[in-house]
Amino acid sequence: MYDMKALYEAGSVEEAVRLRIEHPEAQIIAGGSDVLVQMREGKRAGKELISIYGIDAMRGVSIDENEAIRIGSLTSFSHITRDPIIQKYCNVLGEAVDMVGGPQIRNIGTIGGNTCNGVTSADSASTLHAWEAIVELTGSNGVRRVPIKEFYIKAGQVDIKPDEIQTAIIIPKESYEGTYGHYIKYAMRNAMDIATLGCSVNVRLSADKKTIERARIAYGVAGPVPMRAESAERYAAGKSVSLETVEQFGAEVLNDINPRDSWRASKAFRQHIAVEMAKRCLVCSIKLAGGEI
Amino acid sequence: MAQQYKLVTCTINGKEVSTMVDVRASLTDMLRNDYRLTSVKKGCEVGECGACNVIIDGEAFNSCIYLAVWAEGKNIRTLESLISPEGELSDIQQAFIDETAIQCGFCTPGFIMTAVEILESGKHYSDDELRKLLSGHLCRCTGYENIFKAVKKTMLRRLGKLDDPFLKA
Repeated sequence: MYDMKALYEAGSVEEAVRLRIEHPEAQIIAGGSDVLVQMREGKRAGKELISIYGIDAMRGVSIDENEAIRIGSLTSFSHITRDPIIQKYCNVLGEAVDMVGGPQIRNIGTIGGNTCNGVTSADSASTLHAWEAIVELTGSNGVRRVPIKEFYIKAGQVDIKPDEIQTAIIIPKESYEGTYGHYIKYAMRNAMDIATLGCSVNVRLSADKKTIERARIAYGVAGPVPMRAESAERYAAGKSVSLETVEQFGAEVLNDINPRDSWRASKAFRQHIAVEMAKRCLVCSIKLAGGEI
Repeated sequence: MAQQYKLVTCTINGKEVSTMVDVRASLTDMLRNDYRLTSVKKGCEVGECGACNVIIDGEAFNSCIYLAVWAEGKNIRTLESLISPEGELSDIQQAFIDETAIQCGFCTPGFIMTAVEILESGKHYSDDELRKLLSGHLCRCTGYENIFKAVKKTMLRRLGKLDDPFLKA
């Protein structure tokens, strides 16, 4: 038995919004692999829950009318990894969420929950930042869309209004077209572990594959919230595909990131691996995009 | 607040059943207490050890972090579903015995249900893929090697490939 005060189950997005207004103190629960564990630990004990897990309309990946990739917030990690649209246009996201927890966790955990808990180490977060994803929120006044960078306010806090739930994550066509990326999770174990540092890079190359048109890079655990490394991105744009570019790209990330000392790893160690991960991710992304390096 | 109950109707091991459950119950609670399916073990109860693993609509879930009310309309399978009507063990259960993949047995039902999901995919997984697919379970006795062998051998046997020259076991 969980120590919960009450459970309200929403069967539709409208019902979830109504329940949010009726029960302002209640916590939203999607797959529950964070919320229920925290409730068991006593952190959220005695709270009311609004379960949105039964809203099947919020599951699945599709291409919307603007040719953007639309991922329903309740889509589980394993379904994202197996999805043909993700595999074709944004394979790195499928690979990143395939590193969350273990197999059973990836069957219950949702991409909406992974982003709404506002945790910097979330395996989906760095890739969603690097692909400039848009978060779709639905409330009593309709739909609101927020760039993922603005969605994260501070550690553990995201931009969800009291009457809203997150309904989808959108990757615009401009963001995924001709773009290839790679994610590295650095952790102590290969399974059931939280990232010491996560790095996601993607590139779009020129037609002759000799020039980097656009490079984007984002980290998890390099600061209180997932973050882009903008000076590294500015540096790489328009540069030739070469090892010198890769080397300098790696060095630039230290201007952007701000990791901390924690029991998992020291700041110095995180800075050290951040450079190496940036370089390896960039090389891998260039190769995926058809470049030679 | 008064206690909250809900009628939950689902299919468990091929049989449609329904019962009133306390909304605070986990699926582990419901399967053990209401249906006496004690193969579903209470281990860590925070989704880390995999001892409570069951198959819901074809996918493996840790039932300890799955609310019982979410089972409504679902098809749930536990280890008890594997035994034949004559009481014979399934191939994967027998393989766990043959490979000495069991010592205390506490992790075994969870491991076997994950193995069932792996085997029912009909795919031929590499060793690394199999290790990753089995990584959601903790076993404190066997050191995993025998469990891995039991699953791999059953996979190969079902695929008719047990004479694989690379299989050294």
